[in-house]
Amino acid sequence: MQTNKMSKVFLFGGIFTFLFLYIPLIVLILYSFNDSKINVGWVGFTLKWYKVLFNDKEIINAGINSLLIAFTSSSISVVLGTLAGVALHRYKIPLLSALVMVPVAAPELLVGVSLLLFFLLINFTLGYASIILAHTAFSISFVAIAVKSRMFGMDDSIIDAARDLGASPFKAFWLILIPTILPGVIAGGLMAFTLSVDDFVITFFTAGVGSTTLPLAIYSMLKMGVTPEVNAASTIIILFTLCLASIATKLSPQIFK
Amino acid sequence: MAILEIKNVTKQFGGNLVVDNISIDIKKGEFFTLLGPSGCGKTTLLRMIAGLVSPDSGQILLDGVDITNLPPEKRPLHTIFQSYALFPHMTVADNIAFPLKMAKWDKSRIDAQVNELLEDVQLSQFKDRYPHEISGGQKQRVAIARSLVDRPKLLLLDEPLSALDARLREHMHMELVKLQEETGVTFVYVTHDQHEALALSSRIAVLNHGTIEQLDKPDIIYSKPKTHFVADFLGKCNLLKAEVLATTTDTVTLRVASGIEFSIKDPASSSYQIGQIGWYSLRPEKLKLSAENTFDATNLSVIKSKVNGYYYYGNDTLYELDLGNNTKLQVMAPNHTSDGVKFFVDNSEIYVAFDPEAGNFLDTSSC
Repeated sequence: MQTNKMSKVFLFGGIFTFLFLYIPLIVLILYSFNDSKINVGWVGFTLKWYKVLFNDKEIINAGINSLLIAFTSSSISVVLGTLAGVALHRYKIPLLSALVMVPVAAPELLVGVSLLLFFLLINFTLGYASIILAHTAFSISFVAIAVKSRMFGMDDSIIDAARDLGASPFKAFWLILIPTILPGVIAGGLMAFTLSVDDFVITFFTAGVGSTTLPLAIYSMLKMGVTPEVNAASTIIILFTLCLASIATKLSPQIFK
Repeated sequence: MAILEIKNVTKQFGGNLVVDNISIDIKKGEFFTLLGPSGCGKTTLLRMIAGLVSPDSGQILLDGVDITNLPPEKRPLHTIFQSYALFPHMTVADNIAFPLKMAKWDKSRIDAQVNELLEDVQLSQFKDRYPHEISGGQKQRVAIARSLVDRPKLLLLDEPLSALDARLREHMHMELVKLQEETGVTFVYVTHDQHEALALSSRIAVLNHGTIEQLDKPDIIYSKPKTHFVADFLGKCNLLKAEVLATTTDTVTLRVASGIEFSIKDPASSSYQIGQIGWYSLRPEKLKLSAENTFDATNLSVIKSKVNGYYYYGNDTLYELDLGNNTKLQVMAPNHTSDGVKFFVDNSEIYVAFDPEAGNFLDTSSC
């Protein structure tokens, strides 16, 4: 009986938590279909805000920028982050394992400001390049952590076995290690991609004049009031994020469970 | 003729001497075992032969060729790892084909050879399964097939059976011996399990603290241990304090424990000093028990003693006897009577007899 009661508590707690997380998002999504210029009261169903959104050149350009930046920064961080993850697993230096967590745990504001100061210090012109570098900097940590946790349960002797059975160090890495950790690599890469598409704070500090991303464009639209067009743009970002997150979870269940 | 020569090999890890100047010659076709407790250096020695660890000094020769500085992939030998180390993203057949692909064999030759090996280890119907889809025993057989597929000169086995349950392990003992005889490949086997070592090996090197305590055939290692460590590590052994009373060129007279005196043959007797203290080692199953003193005392030493306790093992019973002066004696008595077992109960008086030649003297320098 006791366990039954407990499981009910957990069930209701779980449902409440999910409602708490998702009600604001659900409201936002619903109002993107609302036939009214202001977000107060339901008037009727429409898709016109999506039409407006897709005809808005600025938003579309910002979206393409976001995707390009995300693609470039996550590609770079997949390579560097994988190497970092493998090294962290192999050499097990406690300080480095803690340091790799810092960009994940540190307040974005701090990371943004420090990157801005750094770019100014080295006289680096702010623009798309600086955004990509900034996104790469925090994405590497996510990939490294995903790869490291994937390797945690791995049998280390498979690399020795590959060498023993005739593989050169490069072949052992490429034919044995990489396929084994691939789910971690992909999961980390998808995380990096999503985070880059969604990022506002760090991008805000590192973007130059004229370079804009989707979150920045939405923010500037908000200055003129929250129109349902913003809701429509947000809905698309949420769905996109949800897709990537579910692929990542599917590929590497042990990392996210 | 020696297929593997290990010459004065030494390895330190962080100031710790793990392998201390070891030299061994392993003959072609041998089933050679490195036996010792964990941390004795046996696995490090094996990894140096495999090329996964490089020695600080010394030489390793395979078939007369110096392989000391060859990377592992260039050595014509393979290792079976404790965890099997199957590649998780490859099927059973792909795992077995891996060494052949690395050696750049033709596709058709690879397929033929892999199929032959799959038949040898009776896994043909599992060829398309992945390692996580087969049992521990089957994984073991895949690992063996993968390591023998390109007919290496030497197979190194690092505690390969430790992950299997007891019944399967015994079954694999027989399979391994059969496989070794059929293929003729020289096996170098690492284990901490004395039963495994005794049952499988043509020769055993007992290692402790990075040095060889004794290297010989299993029956000699067991019945005539050379050092206190070997006597203690392999099976049960009575180690009784012994004093040298007299020596001739090939016999030594000892006073053992509570004053039992006898002479035994010992080729090393001339190196002993009168009055020297050492150990007399005697296996528990070499002793006989009786309630009455009905032993023939011409060849046997007979002692009166008291039963301290006993442990029933099914096929035998182990008695612990008290000889007085804080000296204990273990006796293994077979339970081969047909009318059930009659135990000697605690505190009963008992006569115990043994042939002194069944044991041997260990000088303390080897303790």
